[in-house]
Amino acid sequence: MSVHAETLSSRPAVKIRSWTWPRVLLVLAALFYVSVLLLAPIAGILLAVVKAGWSVAQETFARPDVRHAYYLTFIIAIVTVIVTTFFGVLTAWVLARHKFFGRQALNALVDLPLAVSPVIVGLMIVILFGRGGWFEPFFAARGIQIIFALPSMIIVTIFICVPFVIREVAPILQELGTDDEEAAMTLGASSFQTFRRVTLPNIRWGLAYGVALSTARALGEIGAVLIVSGALQGQTETATLYVLRAIEERQEASGYIVALSLAAISIVLLIGIEMYKNRKSLKETK
Amino acid sequence: MTDAIRAQDLCKSFGSFKAVEDVTLGVAEGGITALLGPSGSGKSTVLRMIAGLEDPTSGRIWIGDQEQTHRKAQERRVGMVFQHYALFRHMTVWENIAFGLSVRGENKTVQRKRADELLSLVQLTPFAERYPQQLSGGQRQRVALARALAPRPKVLLLDEPFGALDARVRQDLRSWLDEVHRELGITSLLVTHDQEEALELAQQVIVMHEGRIEQTGTPHEIYNEPATPFVASFVGAVNVLKGLVIGGQIQFGDYYLRGADHLSDGSGAHAYVRPHDVVVSNQPVNGSSTAARVDRVAELGWIAKIHLVLPDGQQLVAEMATEAASGFEPAKNVFVDLRNAKVFEPGGIPASDELAAS
Repeated sequence: MSVHAETLSSRPAVKIRSWTWPRVLLVLAALFYVSVLLLAPIAGILLAVVKAGWSVAQETFARPDVRHAYYLTFIIAIVTVIVTTFFGVLTAWVLARHKFFGRQALNALVDLPLAVSPVIVGLMIVILFGRGGWFEPFFAARGIQIIFALPSMIIVTIFICVPFVIREVAPILQELGTDDEEAAMTLGASSFQTFRRVTLPNIRWGLAYGVALSTARALGEIGAVLIVSGALQGQTETATLYVLRAIEERQEASGYIVALSLAAISIVLLIGIEMYKNRKSLKETK
Repeated sequence: MTDAIRAQDLCKSFGSFKAVEDVTLGVAEGGITALLGPSGSGKSTVLRMIAGLEDPTSGRIWIGDQEQTHRKAQERRVGMVFQHYALFRHMTVWENIAFGLSVRGENKTVQRKRADELLSLVQLTPFAERYPQQLSGGQRQRVALARALAPRPKVLLLDEPFGALDARVRQDLRSWLDEVHRELGITSLLVTHDQEEALELAQQVIVMHEGRIEQTGTPHEIYNEPATPFVASFVGAVNVLKGLVIGGQIQFGDYYLRGADHLSDGSGAHAYVRPHDVVVSNQPVNGSSTAARVDRVAELGWIAKIHLVLPDGQQLVAEMATEAASGFEPAKNVFVDLRNAKVFEPGGIPASDELAAS
């Protein structure tokens, strides 16, 4: 997961000189795999939306519960991206640059959210903050609602998005080494100047990719959010939870529209970064 | 001459590993001093401590007349050149050179002017708007040098600056650095494992081995009067012959060699003789030569290496101009005279490994 952004586009693929049968088969297999598994579902939903028509879309976007769902989704995504970017870079830095007791454990722990089902993540948060949970008395005493409210929804989303920035940035930092930073320091740059003017530009594509993945995941998360939010319509219902309800209430068309809009945002984000990066790095290397 | 850089009793440990032990040195103002040693000898660590990139475990450092031991790298005003250039890849050549001025808050006009000066010094003016990836290794290292010099550092520290380059480029850049140094006269400390580089560029050479200084001296002293067996074998090729001390002389086979006055009778000793100090001839030379047999001859352009075997079985290599070697063929019996032998107590380095080291 960590290297695709760098290797696929920045290193030119070997140009195939002769098309032998095994090669043709391999290429076809790869094309088939990606198109059937990725493009077909997107095409399907697109078709469903087109079939439903513009009026359904207008109707859907006019609904206050839908608008509130989008609002919640974006709030959660924004907070999640800010937190995972900041702590992600920090953790990647620590992992790449420091040797300390427990580094291996921390390194393994970072991947935990990828290994654990989001539903379980939700349950863990309920155990901590729900009725009778460890932290529940503390917040209850101060009148702060965590479970069945925005805070817990943000917490689970952050939990799930922890690995993305770290896994994109840490290997780049490791590969870069410390030469550039040391050079900047001997040239008189403060730690902050060194980070902003040398380290950050060096990791920016990995970071951008990590942020994009993090955003996409935050927009699309459902399982964990479902558990901790209670999915109260117009209150703790995110866009993905609305899609779920729309399907259950047999308002498929409306659900498809919201689903497609979420998918579109993520796809545009990823493609946009890829394109911008190619243009930029072309300038710097050629 | 005053010392522009001084270090006193410098030590650096990484865990239980002592990378640098009790290093005391002075770097002469305005000259090039080389820190020479094999990898792992602690020479780079000494340089990094002087630059402020590594904290000494103990000891003190001065640059000019100011103590720097606890100062941050940013405040030391040193220019540093790294083996792998360490250029900022997202900045153009121009921006790289101006970086040190820009972080110090100099205005754009000053930056531009100074960067232009340095670009012409390193002969890269046409490349100002390029990115580092578009330059060759030698060009990159020249940019790195310009970048290090831009903020007018008090001293220049070079960490294996030619280590990543091809032999050809290395040679060019070496003489080029010499010229730049003559022009600027900036005190420079050069870390290298390449003895030729050190002897050619530096006026003062500090040889390091296993974290300690073995010898400090001029290139001439280091080569001709090595203070330790390590220096004798690391700097320049050398033959090591094992023998016994008898009356201030070292004996192997029926051959006696002077120069062992400092060792007591009956102790073992090693004689270090440069290949070009092994004189081979067809006749005995004024009674001081020994018989030997030619094992094989290798021609390397204008120089020839003659591998010889002494009567007691020890091997050695003689080097001479190819023309002078024409009469010596394998299996031929000859006479050898060993000049300028340095005799040391045996220890540390196994003698057999040092044969024909080059």
